[in-house]
This record gives sequence, C-alpha cells and structure tokens, in this order.
Amino acid sequence: MIAWTIYITFAAAILVIAAPARFARWTALSATAADLLISLIAFFRPAADPAHYTTLVRVPWIPTLGMNYQLAVDGVSLTMVLVTSLTAVSAVLFSWEVQERRNEFFFWLLLVVAGSFGVFLSADLFLFFVFYELVIVPKYFLIAIWGSTNKEYGAMKLTLYSFFGGALVFLGIIAAYVAAGSLDFNELARFGFDPHLQMWAFPVLFLGFAILAGAWPFHTWAPTGHVAAPTAGSMLLAGIVMKLGAYGGLRVAMNLFPEGFHVWSKWIAVVAVIGIVYAAAVALRQRDLKFVIGYSSVSHMGFVLLGLAAANVLGVSGAVLQMFSHGVIGALLFALVGMIYHRTHTRDLDSLAGMNLRRMLPFTTFAFVLAAAASMGIPGFSGFAAEVTILIGAWKTFPVAVWITGAGMVLVAAFTLRILRRAFFSDQIATSPEAAVAYSPITFAEKAGATLLLVTTLAAGLYPKLLLDRIMPAIETMRFIQPNG
Amino acid sequence: MITLLILIPLVGAIVVSAARFGNPRIVALIVNVVSALYALLLWQRFDVHSGGMQLLERHEWIPAIGAEYLLGIDGLSLLLVLLTSLIIPFALMSGKPDRGLCALMLFTQSALYGTFTAQNFVLFFLFYEMSLIPSFLLIKIWGGKNRDRAATKFFVYTFLGSVAMLLAFLGIYLVRGTFDFATLTGMARGGLLGGTARWFAFGGIFLGLAVKVPLFPFHTWLPDAYETAPTGVSMMLTGVLSKMGVYGFIRLLVPLFPNEIRAAGPWLLGLAVCSIVFASLAAWAQTDLKRMVAYLSINHLGYCLLGLFAITSSAVAPAAPDSQAALAGVFVQIFNHGITAAALFYWVGLLEERRGARGINDFGGLMQRAPLFCAWMSVAMFSSLGLPGLNGFIGEFLIFKGSFATAAPFTAVAVLGLLFTAIAFLRAMQALFSGPLTPNSASLPDLYRREKLVIIPVTLLMFAIGVAPQFIFNVFNSTVANVAQLLS
Repeated sequence: MIAWTIYITFAAAILVIAAPARFARWTALSATAADLLISLIAFFRPAADPAHYTTLVRVPWIPTLGMNYQLAVDGVSLTMVLVTSLTAVSAVLFSWEVQERRNEFFFWLLLVVAGSFGVFLSADLFLFFVFYELVIVPKYFLIAIWGSTNKEYGAMKLTLYSFFGGALVFLGIIAAYVAAGSLDFNELARFGFDPHLQMWAFPVLFLGFAILAGAWPFHTWAPTGHVAAPTAGSMLLAGIVMKLGAYGGLRVAMNLFPEGFHVWSKWIAVVAVIGIVYAAAVALRQRDLKFVIGYSSVSHMGFVLLGLAAANVLGVSGAVLQMFSHGVIGALLFALVGMIYHRTHTRDLDSLAGMNLRRMLPFTTFAFVLAAAASMGIPGFSGFAAEVTILIGAWKTFPVAVWITGAGMVLVAAFTLRILRRAFFSDQIATSPEAAVAYSPITFAEKAGATLLLVTTLAAGLYPKLLLDRIMPAIETMRFIQPNG
Repeated sequence: MITLLILIPLVGAIVVSAARFGNPRIVALIVNVVSALYALLLWQRFDVHSGGMQLLERHEWIPAIGAEYLLGIDGLSLLLVLLTSLIIPFALMSGKPDRGLCALMLFTQSALYGTFTAQNFVLFFLFYEMSLIPSFLLIKIWGGKNRDRAATKFFVYTFLGSVAMLLAFLGIYLVRGTFDFATLTGMARGGLLGGTARWFAFGGIFLGLAVKVPLFPFHTWLPDAYETAPTGVSMMLTGVLSKMGVYGFIRLLVPLFPNEIRAAGPWLLGLAVCSIVFASLAAWAQTDLKRMVAYLSINHLGYCLLGLFAITSSAVAPAAPDSQAALAGVFVQIFNHGITAAALFYWVGLLEERRGARGINDFGGLMQRAPLFCAWMSVAMFSSLGLPGLNGFIGEFLIFKGSFATAAPFTAVAVLGLLFTAIAFLRAMQALFSGPLTPNSASLPDLYRREKLVIIPVTLLMFAIGVAPQFIFNVFNSTVANVAQLLS
C-alpha cells in the first residue's frame, strides 16, 4: 500500500504536465494529500512488523543481470516517507501563488517528491541509485527557473555537488555489487564483505551520501542552493533532499560495511561536531535571513551525522528522529522566510528591522517564534526530543563530542534569537518610512501549510514515543549496532 | 538472405544518383523503410537462443586465396544492423540533403551492412574500405569551414590504419592460410603467429581499429571531421561508422589475439581511461557545441573499450557474471551511444539551421522562447551524461560493474569521466537555456511538427531502453554468453 505513494506522485506529475495549467495546483495538492493519508495509515497501522525490513514488491526488472524492482519498508522508511509527504503537502500549499509556468513548476516539484519516496522505499541497490539520481535533475530546474538570488550559480553548484556525491556513491555501489554479486539490500546486509574492501568502500560511499546531507566541509552547496531556490524548493531541499543523503548513509553505507563504519565512525563524529559548531557560528554573522536558515540546516544535519556516528540504538534512533524533526522545522522556517520575502521583497536583516513585521504580519511572527523555538531545541518541540536522544546516545561513545556540541547549541540559540530580534522585534520601527506599507494578507493556503508543520513538530515533541516506537525496533535489528550498545 | 540487405541500399544509391527526383530524400527514406523492414524480418528469423552465427550464406568467391563470400549474423551483428537501419534514416531527416548526399549515404549504408555481417577478412575489408571513400567525399564536398583539411586528415588517418590492418592480415594468411574468422578464432588460443611477428600483426590490427573508434591518442582527426561535416553526416559518422571500430575490436582483436591483449593489458586499459578522462575534459573546454559533442563521442566509446579490455586483459579469467555484465554493457553502450550521439548532433544541427551559429555563447535564455526545444534537447543531454532512467546509464553501469571486478583502479579513475561529462553538459545547458535572452534566441522558433515527428520517437526509445532494457538484451544475450565462454 505504501508503495502507492510513488505511483500516485509520478502519475500526478505526468498529469500535471499534460493537463492545462489551471488544474496543476489542485492535482498536485490532491496527490500529495493522498500520499500523506497513505503514509499516515501505513505509519499508524503498519502492514508488517516495523522492526523488520519487509519486502513489499519484488518483480524481476532486468532478469539477465539480477536487477529487481524491489521495495521494502521498516520503521525508518515509514518515518522518512511520512516526513516526505508532510513536507510535500506544505510545499504545494506554499506554492499556491506561483504564476510563472505553473504546470512545469508542479511537474518538477512532484518529481522530486516521487523520487524521494522511491529512495526511501527501494530495497534494490540499482533501483535505489536510479531514484537517488532522479531527484537531482528536477532540483536543478526548480532552482534555475523559479529561483531568486544568484539562481544559476546556486543551481549549478548544487547539481555539481550532487553529481560528485553521486559518482562516489556509484563507485561504492559497484564495489558492493561486484563483491557480493547481489543488489538486494537484505542479501547484501547479510553478506560478509572483506574487511579490506570495507575499509575503503565505506568512506567512499558514506562521503558520497554525506555531501548530499550537507556535511562539513562539503556543505557549501546547501546555503547557496537554499538561498537561490524558490520557497517550495528550499522546503524540499531542507525537508527531503538532505535527508536522502543521511538515509543513504544509514541504510546503505552503514548496513553494508559495518566494519568499515566502526573504523571510520570517530571521523564522522569529528566532521559532525565541526559542522554543528562552524555552521552555527557562520549563521551568527549572516545578513540574509535565508542564509541564516540555510546554515542552521547544515548545523542541524550535523546532529544527524553525530547520532549516526554514535553507532548505538539511541544515537542512531535519535538521528532518524532528527531527520524527521529537521525535515519539518527546516521546511517551516524556509516557508516563513518565503512568506516574508514574498511581501517585503527583501531578506536583509537590517531592512527587515525597520518594517515592523510583528504588527504587519502577526501570523508570520507567531509562527516564526514557535519555529525558532523548535529550532533552538526548546523542550516540547521535536528538535529537543531528537537532539537529546542523539546526545545521550553519543555520550556513551564520544563524550568529548557531546561537550563541544553543547557549546554549539548555545550558538544555535544565539543566532536564532538574533534573527528573531532583528527581523521581528527590533526597536527602530518609528524611524522607518516603509513601516506604513500594507502587505497582502496571509492566504489560507499559507496558514494551512504552516499549521500542518507546526502541529507536527509539537506532536512529535510532546509525544516522541509515537515515532521512536517505530524507529528504535528497526534500528535494533540493524547490522552495525554493537552488541553492548 | 543477408545479401539482399546489402543490396537494397546499394540499388537505392544507384537509383537516387541516376534518376532526377524532385525530392531525393523521399526516395532515400523509402529505400530505408524497405531495408528497415528487411532488418526486422532478419530479427524475426534470428534465433535469439543460439549464440553462434546464423543465417549463414557461403559461396565460393576467390578460391585462389581461400576468400569465400561468407555472410552471417550473431547477436552483435544483428544489433549493429538494427542500429544502422535506425540511424541512417534519422541522419537523412536532418538538414536538406541533395541528390548526391542521399546517394552517398545509401552507398555507405550498404557498406556498413556488409561490414557488420561479413565473416571473412577479405570480404570484411572490402566493405570496410567501401565506407571510407563515400565518407571522405561527404565531408570534402558538403562540409563547412576547413572541410578540405578535415577530410584529408580523416582519410589519411583511416587509410593508414586500414593499410596496417591489411598488412597484419596478410601476415596471418601467409602463416595460417585462411581468412576465415571462425577458423582463425579456433587457432588463436595457441597463438596465431610466433616471435615478434605476432606483435606486428597485433599492432597493425589494433592501429586500424583504434583510429576508427577512435582511441586516444589516435583521435585527433575526429573533432575536425565531425565539426565540419554536415549534420546528417556527423550523425552517421558517430552513430554507426565509429561502431565499426568497436565491432572490429570484439570480432577480430579479442578472439584472434587473446594472449597479446593479456600481455598489453594495462597499456590498453590506460589508453581507454585516457580516452574517457581527456576527451571529457576537452569537451568541457569547448565553446562550439558540435565540437563538444564530438569529444564526448570519444569519451563514450572509451567506456566500451574500457569494459572490453578490462575483461579480456586480466591475468585470471574473470568470473562469468562479471564478464557477461561488461560485455552486455559494451553491446548496449554501442547501441545507446549510436542513438544518443546522433540525437545530440541533430539538436546542434537544428540550432545551426535556425541561426547559423552553434557556439554555446551564441544563445541564451532559450528556455523562455522555445521550451519544448529545450526540454527534448535536455533529455538527449541527460541521456548522454548517464542519468539513471535513460539509456546511457544502463550501459555505463554494466561496464563499470564488469570492469571494476578485474580493473578496479582504472575504473575508479574512469568515473571521473562521468563527472566531467556532467559538468560539460550542465555548462552547455546553463549557457543555452537560461540567462539573459540574446538576439539569436529572441525569436527562435520552437520545434516544428516535422522535427517533432523525428525527435520524439528517438527520445522515447532512450526512455524505453532506460526503463525496460530487456528487449535489447534479448537480441544479444546468447552471443554475450558465447563470447564470455570464449574468454574464460
């Protein structure tokens, strides 16, 4: 049943490009809403035990070469599919007013979503890679056509980084396929790869994935890409695409090459911690609101990497929870920035300071305060649940990293408070002549999209057990978990 | 049976050149419809479950030197016959070919059918050379700027290669007394020739084929020739003529010189990797689209040779799945490169036809004026850069899988080629499709209906092979198994 998310979204993409433009947004909305419904049902009433990686479909695809069309699902995939459809619905809602070449826009948007569903559900290495690379092209067009600041540079940079990561992943996949003679995730996860192979294949594969996850020092595509992208594009990038990398690292790199992972995990932790602190520090110095959010994405993805590096059930489960949580919060923050930019036509913090946004855009201010709180890791929001789980998990493996990260979290709070104060609660209101401009009201679609994400982050923050009950059993059965973890 | 296939375009060439039709292209296309139907008939008669030579035609020809008239097809030959039947009409559809051009194209087509089905060296060589003269004339007469120089360079390179190949085969004949491929293959295991003679023979054949493909460093004739040739001719040159070289490697060099290939293995792999990496870097640096596509042609055929050399040159016989994957990859890449590269030349040709320019900086903002044009053109580009879901990826994945098993370091370096190709194409796409509108693209007409009728079927074929390639694999599966067995 959950496999239908892929088919519905692909079908909707084709429908959107073939039908007249006026049907585009409704088609996209109904398709993504159907995806959300399906993934909610699949999440709350899983057809099979979420602890096991259960095959849904297995059809021979290119039989002579052992390639199958194979989909499978466990708790981790369920969580990722859920966050994908949540982000997708709200991204469609936030693109409601897109006028320029509307059907093409929704076509590319739906392709990103469909490809991501494919990545999260495929259980065949070849199929996985097909979907993984398929996401790159629509991203390029979304940014290059509908983007804003420096869009061509941003689109190009993002695509080149993606292709570079893709080439490394390709090499790792080929190595695994040649050594094991199979492409089936379940078979590969049982195969005993030669330790020497693991020693070099793991870093190649993981690095390829980490580039897409925005890991330091290969993160620079993320802020520029986010800034250049249209609102929905940034939402998809932060909410889904960066997760593809982290998910690939977990599902493919760590599961296939556990010994290589254990050798390299401390380096992953080092990179993760540098990423968390460095990106937060850079965010503190940005003048463009979207750059701040872009760097905060990199910082939050650092937590995911740290959780993965912890190599125990708590750490890795926390990482998956953080992928969900950051998917929702990141998308929400970009959506709100887009909401502001659409009306004020600026994202410069100094200009925004004089615009009296808290009076002019009260809903946005309200939502932004909540989103900022979630992003800072205030208890009650999903970010806190995820980050605490990660830090407890990492404490067992890398106590020093947890100390440094703790300091980093102060920086996260600092830059978040800084943008809140500068953009919304500045006291230079009276001096600005632009203060009197009346902005177009916040539309119902925008409110609905923002509310959906806000409710989700609150729900996941107040009752994280809901997600962890699905995630932890699945992590426990994974191969790289140390017996004493 | 197969003779008829060779005769159809030959007769067509004579008819087109002798009679004065108002529109010679229509006649040439009708001839191609007939030959394509006939090729499909051959496919239907062909038993896909048998890997050996089929539909053999054997007649006495020049008994004095034991040269028989021997035609036959296996999966590889059939694949190339089908490719030829597809590319020639596609090439005829570009530009405005006149009578002479149509006739020479048909003549070349006949030579191509002959080359791909001949099973005896004398016959093979006859057809092989028969394609050289018309291609030379096509470049020399209908070419653009610098055509004389390019045509001469093309002719001299190819002809010297051919002479080297002929001398090598004469040497083999003097010792072994036969020109028959099958018989020679049977003798090859113990070495066809002894001493240094075997290296001369190997070198001669290698040179002839390497120039034709072309393989680095024998490639320098190619960018000039492809750049100056009219679009249709470039499509034919890259789509089918370059395949004669790859075909020769598989049909001649690998079966006849297994020991020599093994001994020269790392060098051959090195040349293939140089082809892949340098050609894609060179493509990155081009500002002329046609030249860029020409360099990428070298790059893509480099993958074919990488896969082939990787499984034939390793000291230990590769495992059956690996060599089968690599061979299947090489075969499917031959086909894929044929349609994709031809399509890319077609697109560049359309730009040139509309505005007389083809530099990547001559256009800009095309996406605003001609969205359909850009959309379908970018499919061809993505196919060429090996995006999953399109045909190019299938071949490259299989080749890398097979070559990784036996030559991991070379393969790892070759992956760089994928990256540079991607950069080259993205750079071109960015310059052409986005950015500010230039005068050239301001009122550029979008695709006309006749152009859609040509390009959409070809593009859909790229998708079909990318998503469900099994129908292509069925053509050559048994042949792949056969060749793989020969290697182990």
